[in-house]
Amino acid sequence: MVPIAIDNVTLEYDTPAGKVTGVKDVSFDIGASEFVCIVGPSGCGKSTLLNVIAGFLAPAAGEIRIDGKTVKGHGMDRGVVFQDFAQLFPWRTALGNVSFGLEMKGIPKAERDRIAREQLRLVKLEKFVDSFPHHLSGGMQQRVAIARALAYDPSVLLMDEPFAALDAMTRDDMQSLLADVWRATRKTVIYVTHNVAEAVYLADRVIVMSAHPGTVQADIKIDLPRPRDPLSVEFVECQKQLMRHLGHKVSGNGVGH
Amino acid sequence: MQDAASTISAREAPGHSPGRAASRLRSIWRNIFPFIVVGVLWEIVAISGIFPARLFPTIETVGRTFFALTANGILPHHAIETLIRLLSGFALAGVFGVTIGILMGRSRLAEDIFLPLVSICAPIPGLAYTPLFLLWFGLGSFSSILLVGFVSAFPVIFNSWTGVKAVKEIWVRSAHSMGADDRRMFTHVILPGALPYILTGLRLGLAQAWRVLVAVEMLAAVPWGLGWLIFGARKFLNTDAMLAGIVVIALIGLLLEKLVFQKIENYTVVRWGMVAA
Repeated sequence: MVPIAIDNVTLEYDTPAGKVTGVKDVSFDIGASEFVCIVGPSGCGKSTLLNVIAGFLAPAAGEIRIDGKTVKGHGMDRGVVFQDFAQLFPWRTALGNVSFGLEMKGIPKAERDRIAREQLRLVKLEKFVDSFPHHLSGGMQQRVAIARALAYDPSVLLMDEPFAALDAMTRDDMQSLLADVWRATRKTVIYVTHNVAEAVYLADRVIVMSAHPGTVQADIKIDLPRPRDPLSVEFVECQKQLMRHLGHKVSGNGVGH
Repeated sequence: MQDAASTISAREAPGHSPGRAASRLRSIWRNIFPFIVVGVLWEIVAISGIFPARLFPTIETVGRTFFALTANGILPHHAIETLIRLLSGFALAGVFGVTIGILMGRSRLAEDIFLPLVSICAPIPGLAYTPLFLLWFGLGSFSSILLVGFVSAFPVIFNSWTGVKAVKEIWVRSAHSMGADDRRMFTHVILPGALPYILTGLRLGLAQAWRVLVAVEMLAAVPWGLGWLIFGARKFLNTDAMLAGIVVIALIGLLLEKLVFQKIENYTVVRWGMVAA
């Protein structure tokens, strides 16, 4: 719902061997309500970049602006979904997890229960509001995590390979569910993945990153009508185009992934 | 969705099946069997006359003494005095232990200050402190309670500290991104996240409290208490009373475990799937 500017962001790690540059001079803009996927080989710093945008890490140089305001630390304008199923609080039910952010905002119980139920309905979990996370499958846990990140109505949704640990069939379902949720909510989404088909299925735009240090290698618009058909010729063509960008880099500088 | 639904029903299924009663009986039998074996061996020794009957009474004698002492109110009086000391001391250990442990887990400074002290004091047997406490705080209940609190705080401190350290970073990050401030991070994330460890610490602390309390009651010249009952009975060779006292200690320990700790665990960390049932 709001635009994001990533402006010359550089991030360094402290390692025993000295400073290592994880992300170098990365710049791109994201439009309001745009769905952007960041794709790249492992080690390209795509998750690191997402953590900078989330405010968990501070950049060594450059800045990130959300709706014109410079990001300083985490904030409730951004919702975050991680890859790890363990992100849910095991001591809270699905409903309790989803209402957490609303509780922090000081919204009264009846109201937050209503909103949380609504969010769980959006991810098709209305039957499991009172289940604890350990009784839910991985896919269901990730759906609770999505509902939880949306419940307090952040304008930006940051997702770090949320479906990478799911089996292929569940992942397909989740991708189509996420596409529906995005269409319904019109959040600005930044979605990190290493799965090219997933990026083509979900994204308005794909940022391709290369590794060591992480830099933007290509910025590709996906102009396919939605809902997208992964078996269509155009879809496969888009995938090939992305693969070339990734593959070219791999053979180009001899970094094997 | 199907998979979780079937998991839940699979968990609930045994409650309605006839196999449950049989498996319950089996588990009761499994628990009782070792006691029957020991009981039979005990009776063999007692009847054989290896020890004088006075020093090695049969189970019937112990049982009779147990009921006689219970009926005339002596055993319950001892038990209640001991229980009050135990719970007072343990409450001290719980409050201070959990507080210090969490503080150590949350603050580097507190960790630097407390960890060396705790590490040095913890392995010293509780009884070694007893004479000091008796000299400082006098004979009687007060020093017993303080000593019980002091000694049983260590496992509570260690486990609470470990528990806070074991709180998953991803929970903290999630809570941060959802706008949790420091206070609510603590009450809504750190405390429940560390709870499995804190409960383990409390359980170990209670066992520690028992051990030191019964011993201290023998030394602190308290007028009532199970430790005193056992120790005092020695003078008159009342081994049946000693054994009755030991039985009461075992029973109270069992009740606290079954009625307090297991209930709390089943309602919290087990229900949450953080600890296997």
